[in-house]
Amino acid sequence: MTTLGHFRTPLLQTPFHPRTAAANVLSRWGPWGGYMAALCFGDVDMEYTAIRNAASVYDLCPMVKYRIAGRDAAAYLNRLTLRNAATLPVGAVHYTAWCDDDGKLLDDCTLFRNGPDDFLICCQERHLPWLLDSAEGFDVQVAEVTQDIAALSLQGPCSASVLAAAGFDVEALKPFRMARFAFAAGEVTISRTGFTGDLGYELWIDPALALPLWDRLMTAGAPWGIRPIGSDALNLARIEAGFIITNLDFVPAHQALREDRPRSPLEMGLGWMIDWDKGHFTGRQALLAEKQAGSAWALVGLDIPGNVSAEGSILYHDKRTEAGFVTAAAWSPALKASIALAQVKARNLPGGNLWVEIYALRELQYVKLMLPVTVVERPFFNPPRRRATPAGRV
Amino acid sequence: MIHDAIVIGAGHNGLVAACYLARAGMKVCVVEKNDWIGGAAVSRELYPGFTYSNCSYVSSLFRPEIMRDLELPKHGLQILPYEGGAVFQQGGGYLGMFRDHDANRREFARHSRRDAEAYDIYARDILRFCRFIRPMLMRTPPDPSSLRPRDLSELLWLGKQMGALSERMRARMVQFWTMSIADFLDEYFESPVIKGYLAVSAIIGTALGPMSPGSAYVLLHHYMGDVDGNVGAWGFARGGMGAITRALTDSLKAAGGEVRTGQGVERIDVTGGRASGVVLANGDVLRARRVISNMDVKRTFLRHVDEAVLPGEFVRRVKTFKIRGSSGKLNIALDSAPVFPALPEGAPNVRGDLHFTDSIERMERGYDDWKAGRFSRDPFQDVMIPTMIDPTMVPPGKHFMSCFVQYAPPKIEGRDWTDADRDAFRDTCLNQIETYSPGFKDRVLHVEVRTPRELEAEVGLTEGNIFQGELTFDQLLFNRPVPGYAQYRSPIRDLWMCGSSTHPGGGVMGAPGRNAAAEVLREAGMKRGMRDAYAVL
Repeated sequence: MTTLGHFRTPLLQTPFHPRTAAANVLSRWGPWGGYMAALCFGDVDMEYTAIRNAASVYDLCPMVKYRIAGRDAAAYLNRLTLRNAATLPVGAVHYTAWCDDDGKLLDDCTLFRNGPDDFLICCQERHLPWLLDSAEGFDVQVAEVTQDIAALSLQGPCSASVLAAAGFDVEALKPFRMARFAFAAGEVTISRTGFTGDLGYELWIDPALALPLWDRLMTAGAPWGIRPIGSDALNLARIEAGFIITNLDFVPAHQALREDRPRSPLEMGLGWMIDWDKGHFTGRQALLAEKQAGSAWALVGLDIPGNVSAEGSILYHDKRTEAGFVTAAAWSPALKASIALAQVKARNLPGGNLWVEIYALRELQYVKLMLPVTVVERPFFNPPRRRATPAGRV
Repeated sequence: MIHDAIVIGAGHNGLVAACYLARAGMKVCVVEKNDWIGGAAVSRELYPGFTYSNCSYVSSLFRPEIMRDLELPKHGLQILPYEGGAVFQQGGGYLGMFRDHDANRREFARHSRRDAEAYDIYARDILRFCRFIRPMLMRTPPDPSSLRPRDLSELLWLGKQMGALSERMRARMVQFWTMSIADFLDEYFESPVIKGYLAVSAIIGTALGPMSPGSAYVLLHHYMGDVDGNVGAWGFARGGMGAITRALTDSLKAAGGEVRTGQGVERIDVTGGRASGVVLANGDVLRARRVISNMDVKRTFLRHVDEAVLPGEFVRRVKTFKIRGSSGKLNIALDSAPVFPALPEGAPNVRGDLHFTDSIERMERGYDDWKAGRFSRDPFQDVMIPTMIDPTMVPPGKHFMSCFVQYAPPKIEGRDWTDADRDAFRDTCLNQIETYSPGFKDRVLHVEVRTPRELEAEVGLTEGNIFQGELTFDQLLFNRPVPGYAQYRSPIRDLWMCGSSTHPGGGVMGAPGRNAAAEVLREAGMKRGMRDAYAVL
């Protein structure tokens, strides 16, 4: 008999599991990228409050990571992704995305440049066949390194203070820049990035040093009320920040069963990423054609009257014709408003007259609401502390 | 007494058709040559206390709309999804299959990290094809040469289905319908064992090798079913595959229908150009307003109808209809559960399909033997142990093992199979299993061996072809079984076809029986009482 047994542990545990399991008092776990991820450690309201008031720690290990290295790494990424990777400085990060030949989104990602020829893609879904096929003709090595890097997200207005107390002086670190610090027998890379729309950092480390790092942060952050958060609280924060998630706000082209499901970056509000002048990139022709002809869909932020979250709701034009659907929604504690991300048919966007049909649960009984919605700018929540450098100390 | 309809053959399609007709108010009699019902969806006790699935052995294609229309759950039908599966490799390794997506991905990644992720794209593409083809299963194919409004509107519907696809998808679909499964899989995968596993569905029941053009479509035929909405999944009928035909028989009786076993049809009577009844082997004559044959098209028209009353072109077409047998079957009563040392202890894979062919090349070599008129020396076997899940078929602790074996030709080097051939075939299969499960042969209590010879003699499948005709593109849709006769009608008035020789083909699907009944009722001006096909995802 062999000792293999994927069936015994279909979901992997992250290097932080001994700590997150101990803290997860309700045992609320969900699958994420093949890992067990905490949905909530016990109190989603307090976890959200930690993000906006103090400091929160989120286990990022399940994010899929690919190392792109080699002489042509920048050229390869320029061909693959929408932004200009060649102009990304070493030690910097940018948010980008990539498409198939039809200009439809496959995923979005943060791209880290660790060296002139050394990048890290950090994304939601797995793409090895596409990344390997795209490497044809480039002197580049593509390797999935998800298991080789442990990652923690430290977010909140006190996060710089917590890091300072932990011995990492990140005060001068600008948004989308990273720095390396000695830690234990190795080092930790800290980037000023995150998914909360607030001041925050992401810490990248050898999995062997994961637990000491966790302990260091928790001890140092105790005076600020640091606490681990689950995906539920993070989701609330990311909606306030107006961030999209692959497979929640759009179906990646490689997974779409229906041919009309994939969306282009123009349709998902990512048109600003596209560097039309950097030379050819995958999907460029299709996107250029779409830019000229107009897009079929638009991703918008919505302000919704009342206090009922509009999750899963259908949008109507003039209360009658279906005009789109909500992909993410929440009551925002930071804004005291009901907000939503929605895909709207582009032809229904001018002129307004958009309505949302919400099924409000009132003691086991759904009540149908038809409410007028207002298209608003994203991010919904964008505090100055998010970008202030030096980072604010509390 | 004159019956409204006589159905020849108590297989699943005959019973499905009979049920619909009886429920619509017709007086229906099903005649069956064997002493038992079931055709190829049959469970018999050939060893005391052991219920077998003697022919078909798993269920996925059987349409849930039919189960619901005919109230089969009320008559005891239960379909149990099965778990996992494994391919054992030469040299002691294995590839396991898991229902859990992440577990499966990690297992595939052991063989190829790229393939583990390519599998999702492959599965998506196959699902797209399924979504296209599924709505066609429960519709009568249009006659492309006809100008009747119904044919035109069905052709238009077909055109609309095509038109709804992007140009690229249309091209992909045509490629898929005509490619070999080996070429198709090469576009996604690199690991020989992963390709070996996935190619299986493209050859089962088919006299094609994995490298033969057209084999890719056969794969789709095995993927377009579902178990409770889980598209592509397969399951067991609780109590053996005979449970399906038992439930159908009970449903038929509840609707006032009748099944007569033990007397086969000798001849279909044709009077004044119309089918008027059947003459049974014992000389009994049954009169009927219509006769519906669930036998394959060759058996129906070349053996049981006077050739003189048939158009010559039709007869010629029936004679050239491809129905080559390619498979055999071993049904084994086991004293205890076999052990496969390659698998981890407690692995769920034994509750699924077990294979020993770890590459497409080996599978193709097996087909080479078939071409030479021999059974494969290194056969492909689809081994299932339904009693790992179903507690009703055998005494506790014992097991029933079903081994579908390919390739086995209808004739051995041009001559009929002999008992010695059959025994050699059996030993080849048992020895292969023994290689991967030492001590297996000592657990064997009884073996039923079915070569194409037995499948033809007992079940009535010409040449032992399990699909009543091969599922190649030239024999599908409005070309099945014969161009101009794809709407369940024959050249003889009131003689109908309802078996797997008709659209949409073989497998325990029930759709041919249901569609045939729909046409019969339509022509009789009666209410059909059947629901349309469910949506796919």
